[in-house]
Amino acid sequence: MIGALNLGWLPRAIILGLLAFAIFGPLANLALWAFAEAWFFPNKLPSQWGFRFWEVVFRPTGRAMEALSVSIWIALLTVAVSLAVSIPAGLALARGRLPWRALIMLAFLLPQAFPSLPVYINVARIFYQFGLNGTVAGVVLVHTLHGLVFAVWITTAAFASVDKELEQAARNLGASGLRTFFTVTLPLAAPGIVASAIFVFLESLDEFTGSYFVGAPEIQTLPLTMFLASMGGNYQISSITALILLVPSIGFMLIVERFLKADVMAKMGN
Amino acid sequence: MNQSRGLSLLLVTPALIVVLALFVYPLFYSLVSAFTDRAGSFSLENFDKALELYLTDTIFTVVIIGVSTALIALVSIAIGGYLTLGENRRAVAMLAWLYRWPLFVPFIVAAQCMRTFLAKNGLMNNTFVSLGLMDVASTQSFLDWRGIIVTFVWKQAPFVTLMVAGAMASLDRSTIDAARNLGASRLRILLEIVVPQVRGTLMVGLILSFVTMMSVLSVPIMISGGSPTMMTVDMAYRINAHGDYGVANALGFISYLLTGAAAYFYLRQSVRERSA
Repeated sequence: MIGALNLGWLPRAIILGLLAFAIFGPLANLALWAFAEAWFFPNKLPSQWGFRFWEVVFRPTGRAMEALSVSIWIALLTVAVSLAVSIPAGLALARGRLPWRALIMLAFLLPQAFPSLPVYINVARIFYQFGLNGTVAGVVLVHTLHGLVFAVWITTAAFASVDKELEQAARNLGASGLRTFFTVTLPLAAPGIVASAIFVFLESLDEFTGSYFVGAPEIQTLPLTMFLASMGGNYQISSITALILLVPSIGFMLIVERFLKADVMAKMGN
Repeated sequence: MNQSRGLSLLLVTPALIVVLALFVYPLFYSLVSAFTDRAGSFSLENFDKALELYLTDTIFTVVIIGVSTALIALVSIAIGGYLTLGENRRAVAMLAWLYRWPLFVPFIVAAQCMRTFLAKNGLMNNTFVSLGLMDVASTQSFLDWRGIIVTFVWKQAPFVTLMVAGAMASLDRSTIDAARNLGASRLRILLEIVVPQVRGTLMVGLILSFVTMMSVLSVPIMISGGSPTMMTVDMAYRINAHGDYGVANALGFISYLLTGAAAYFYLRQSVRERSA
């Protein structure tokens, strides 16, 4: 009787175990390849382990390190451009008396409603006429478009969640509109804006399709390098590069809720 | 801070310019290119050629993304449902911690993971063989249409689950508790009380996923190299190998239509529900 009662946990444990295998299995396989120096069929595990390929990747003159710095540089520029346009837009959408507000919100939703690949093909074609193909500026612009939708939505939600009475109090105490914005509104909305900046940074760091059409072959970002290594059959190099890309992604997943608080999430889409 | 209309418009203008110049303009450019022949006049030539060459791939794309979307819906309802109705607190906490790991993993990294995991000699088959569930001779590679579906579900299900679980958590608990007191099973509560109330959120999540999967190039290339393949690969091939923007844009237009159809069915259904 007691034994039968206690077995109740078993199906639950099996299902959780299978789910854990499905989620971590692919990641574990990636990690195995990153440390495999030799792994041939039909061995179940690598026959030789080591850091030889890490040395190849992290060699200062290596292609991957160059790609990493290009990727980070592009991501930082993308964040700068994105915030420069999305903070004013978010402020206007959250607080302003905006004519045609619904139509403007729709314009910011539009890129989410269409598959982006055919659009990127034509962006590349247009950029080609302006000499923007294969330049950092071209890739930054494509990544900005990619991140802008989320940036505008998150910053709008962040500004909307700032208590209007605090701003009113500052104004009543004689602060100018500009001063109120910089000393009250902006600091209170900061966590949401930081979240959108991190998000745009990650989206840019991970972006593949746009960089593939607009940047390659002149601009080699980390995802492009990873792709070429993988298609060339070099699983060690591609797995190590993939692990580098994974670190910020997993990190953000673990901290995202600290920035995107419930009150900001609740204002999303309003 | 209440600004005047003029100032508000001024503030929103730079962001609008980015969307107009980098999205709306190229979108129109692609439409014009799709309906123009090489001589520059209006024609459906590109569509004839696109369907002649890539009809199979178009069907293949619709099936893969349709099946993936259905599986994502099932997984997100199951996980969200357990997170909302689960009685074992430790299992709920573990599940909440577990399901979201792939959330921000880039598609290209997911593809690389699956490329090794699902291979004939990958970790999945090796684990099954080691556990004695399978013998080496009967292992097979999943690097084909099945691999694409697995990768899409692995990557997108956590995203939809996050939205669905959030909506479920903010539901009014009283109806759920009342149904439970009346002796309804948890499965019935999930399907008859919880899911109908989060249907809107679920559909938005699924449509966003659908559109995202329609744009992914890396997963079909890296998981399944052969034919048939997905439309995104065909578009890239038309550009890279032939510089053929006409046919690529015709395929692009077809992919707009497919996502448009998905959005239309959702909108029609929600309008019908509201008027009912």
